[in-house]
Amino acid sequence: MNIHEYQGKELFRKYGIPVPKGEVAYSSEEAYQLGKTMGSYPVVVKAQIHAGGRGKAGGVKLAFGEEELKDFTEKMLGMTLVTHQTGPEGKRVQRLLIEEGVEISKEFYIGFILNREMGKITLMVSSEGGMDIEEVAEKTPGKLLQETIEPSLGLSDFQCRRTGFKLGLKIQQMESWTKLLKNLYRLYTEKDASVIEINPLILNSQGKFLAIDAKVNIDDNGLFRQEDLRDLRDEDEENPKELEAAKYGLSYIALDGKIGCMVNGAGLAMATMDTIKHYGGEPANFLDVGGSATKENVAHAFRIIMSDEKVRGIFVNIFGGIMKCDVIAEGIVEAVKETELSVPLVVRLEGTNVEKGRSILRDSSVNVISVSSMDEGAERIIAEIEKELRGEV
Amino acid sequence: MSIYVNESSKIIVQGITGSAGKFHTQKMLEYGTKIVAGVSPGRGGEKVQGIPVFNTVEEAVRKTQANVSVIYIPAPYASDGILEAANSNIPLVICITEHIPVKDMIRVREYLKDKPTTLIGPNCPGVITPDECKVGIMPGYIHKKGRIGVVSRSGTLTYEAVHQLSQVGLGQSTAVGIGGDPVNGTSFVDVLKLFNEDPETHGVVIIGEIGGNQEEEAAKWINENMRKPVVGFISGVTAPAGKRMGHAGAIISGGKGTASEKIRVMAECGITMATTPSTIGETMRKQMEEQKTH
Repeated sequence: MNIHEYQGKELFRKYGIPVPKGEVAYSSEEAYQLGKTMGSYPVVVKAQIHAGGRGKAGGVKLAFGEEELKDFTEKMLGMTLVTHQTGPEGKRVQRLLIEEGVEISKEFYIGFILNREMGKITLMVSSEGGMDIEEVAEKTPGKLLQETIEPSLGLSDFQCRRTGFKLGLKIQQMESWTKLLKNLYRLYTEKDASVIEINPLILNSQGKFLAIDAKVNIDDNGLFRQEDLRDLRDEDEENPKELEAAKYGLSYIALDGKIGCMVNGAGLAMATMDTIKHYGGEPANFLDVGGSATKENVAHAFRIIMSDEKVRGIFVNIFGGIMKCDVIAEGIVEAVKETELSVPLVVRLEGTNVEKGRSILRDSSVNVISVSSMDEGAERIIAEIEKELRGEV
Repeated sequence: MSIYVNESSKIIVQGITGSAGKFHTQKMLEYGTKIVAGVSPGRGGEKVQGIPVFNTVEEAVRKTQANVSVIYIPAPYASDGILEAANSNIPLVICITEHIPVKDMIRVREYLKDKPTTLIGPNCPGVITPDECKVGIMPGYIHKKGRIGVVSRSGTLTYEAVHQLSQVGLGQSTAVGIGGDPVNGTSFVDVLKLFNEDPETHGVVIIGEIGGNQEEEAAKWINENMRKPVVGFISGVTAPAGKRMGHAGAIISGGKGTASEKIRVMAECGITMATTPSTIGETMRKQMEEQKTH
């Protein structure tokens, strides 16, 4: 789960990590009034969306006076920001973070991420704050310092000092640097975070550290024990079809193609998309109905696929294990009738009770093209859609 | 021969009184798996499908000499179940449970470092040695005793490969699901080492997906050590970056862990890559034919 920058900064405050004075606003008027209470200019106006690259896209502005403040808050709220992380459709700005301006004398990067292979958390720091850190890692890997954190020990003082000295910090700064890193690590572990990044962390003109940005992602699987964090979910930031699917225990991801897919199992679902692509088609979605899907799940899955107006045909690919093919076949027939399906439907069933499943499809009144392999299914649905588009049906 | 499990494996089921535990205990028993005990705190003394239930793993092991545990415990409590099994020094723990928090798996990995316990999973379909022992949730009947080892991060895609291997007459020595989580117990390389030494395994199918670099590590190991033909498949060529594709570990982050990179490295390391999953069985059959003529 992603959370907004301002929410991340609230967490930072609770964990003793210094952040600039600031507050969130939901309307232009509110933002304008908040800005005036900051005390002095410049005031920073920051669009709150779940994507990086906001600065370059015009989502971060410095207001040097009341007029600019009014102008920026009015223009930014409700605008659609397109950054390299939002996709071409962009994201609508519905919340603004209003912050005091700060003087920057130095910028750093801090990140805590999971090292999957080691099964440990890695601390990454860099003197190249404010830069795209993936670019730093690629072009100047020497400038990205890493410390592996032993789970039984936690982050040690010496690791904080080692990174601090390499960054050129002075011994007088080491205590606040160490405290900052340790507090971040405590936040990471206590809150089931999967990523924490500060880019940049700055030293201000008084020699004090301040987190200017806050990226905090939470492990979805840990949310059951993070009650206070669950409320931070901003559903406006998520794809409505993906949200709807999640309610029914379906794993759905919207894509750009014309061929809707319904598959059981994540690996097989990805492989089905790949097979469609291999034969020259484009999948409209990833959809895993799960290992123990019921007739109802199948019906929901159809509705979600068909709510995507780009979809011109559907390919159902089921390898029945625990899930029996006849149950799936009944679900498909019912769903087709219920949704009055008007696009070609290709079904490939394999596994438990496959003969029963195929005969249910054959004997039903609905129009289903039954195939026996994944390759055949992919080729067939592509051909059917082309036929329709040429107006041959 | 086979790897991990065979006809003499004695299994305990942790979480045997839950609905998944109960259902799969029945399926495993029907397959002929030797289940000797169940564990469910507070339910000690009961029986499930005729299997005695104990309150603790320690007691179950002491009374039955079980050497494998399979876990169907719900995610919030599953990691504690793994720790409990390891604390009783069970040699092999297979965790089926999906959605265990990463933080919990980090603790588990740390604890297992100094233990004689091998963990397979979590978030996996389990391990099966056809006609001998099925531990997990895979449909037993698609398997056929044979000579190909299968190792995979995905459940249904494993069934797909297994089914094809059965159809082309090669069958399987053992099929191992290592699971779709970012932090897990057993890696591709761990399983490959065992297949390499197993005289009944004549070839290996490895099925990977986007995320992490286990496939690359496996490819390098195969290139240097493997004495048997390997057929590979990677799913997720069409997966968009930054999106979690069903499995917690199936995500391309920071441009790393793409399918095309994995396919490239694996092919370079001498693995015969199947272009679509439908061709895994046939690709392996051809490999075995070639092997014979050489």
